[in-house]
Amino acid sequence: MSDDLNPQAGECPECAAVFVLPTGTVVGEILPCPDCAAELEVVALDPPRLALAPEIEEDWGE
Amino acid sequence: MRVSVVGGAGYVGGELVRYLLGHPGLELAQVTSSSLPGRPVTMVHPNLRGFTSMRFVAPDQLRPCDAVVVAGGEGPAQVPSLSELRAVAPLVVDCGPRLRLRDPDAFRAWYRSEPEPPEVLREAVYGLPELGRAEILGSSLVSGVGCSAAAAILALLPVARAGWKLTAPACVEARFGSSAAGSRPDLSTHHPERSGALRVFAPDHHRHAAEVAQALGWEASRLSYAGMGVEMVRGISVSIRCFLADPVPEKDLWDAFRSTYRDEPFVRVVAQRAGLHRHPDPRWLAGTNLCDVGFWLDRSGLRLSLFAALDNLGKGSAGNAVQALNCALGMDERLGLTFMGLHPL
Repeated sequence: MSDDLNPQAGECPECAAVFVLPTGTVVGEILPCPDCAAELEVVALDPPRLALAPEIEEDWGE
Repeated sequence: MRVSVVGGAGYVGGELVRYLLGHPGLELAQVTSSSLPGRPVTMVHPNLRGFTSMRFVAPDQLRPCDAVVVAGGEGPAQVPSLSELRAVAPLVVDCGPRLRLRDPDAFRAWYRSEPEPPEVLREAVYGLPELGRAEILGSSLVSGVGCSAAAAILALLPVARAGWKLTAPACVEARFGSSAAGSRPDLSTHHPERSGALRVFAPDHHRHAAEVAQALGWEASRLSYAGMGVEMVRGISVSIRCFLADPVPEKDLWDAFRSTYRDEPFVRVVAQRAGLHRHPDPRWLAGTNLCDVGFWLDRSGLRLSLFAALDNLGKGSAGNAVQALNCALGMDERLGLTFMGLHPL
């Protein structure tokens, strides 16, 4: 683990990927999940808790 | 290590030459062609100009070397027999179909031609490293893979290993770029017939079903397998609809894909929730040995769609053959195969 990473890890609520939040992360920040690319809102930091941020849907043909 | 390419004038042969010319641990020895002996390799593979001055040799001019890779694209009459090839090299990797199926009767039924002798089929190893690299290591006879079969196997493998039961056959729809039909033209590949068309050439029972079933340990009846020609030169896109007997949580699906492919250098899990490119697309894999696999599960957890994409001339044939060759020789599987693809294209 590199020095600039917060050792506390969050879990993606969509795909359960566990990843370390970057140093300096603040509540309300949007982070992409490294596995499923879901946009995640940081809702708490101690311990880290992530929630799915609203996404823009594709609507071709609708 | 000196490696020769047999049947190098076709598209798979050209890709084998390209990969081997860029391979840091292997030296391209000879390239055979029954139709173009004496002609420069670059006459039919213009992308290789400036990288080789090699000329095609007739198959009977093949000299002893450490390994031969058979492109397998010139038809059975032009492809040397396995015994001829094994007389010149201790390792044969054959991209054609003759070593892919273990069961001679299955080969007869699906390919409507006579199989290799049973003892040869028993000795040959199926050449998809993700399925069994330990078996390939040190083998002297390695098969290639069917282009759409490789994609379908890699999409289905995590599901098969998880043991999830399906209530109906998995419905595979494979879309093929035109280069998958080879370099020999016929009416189906003629531009006025193919351009702009979406031609279903196999409504079901595509022969790659046999290979996928064998790889997964399934009966072929557990697959419905259709093939369609699409407006691409390179590329295979496979969609597979599965109906699960019991609901599967999406996180378990992620776990199944992560655990299957975490350490695989050429398989990427692409099932993204954001951005334009959320699912596998063969366009961005042209020229690579990559296969992208992905999935989508509906809210009930019962209806599962699997996706896979690859370059039929890369991970679907020549690239995979070089990976299998690396594997058989005990080399780093990534050697010669590090091209990342292009975007945009």
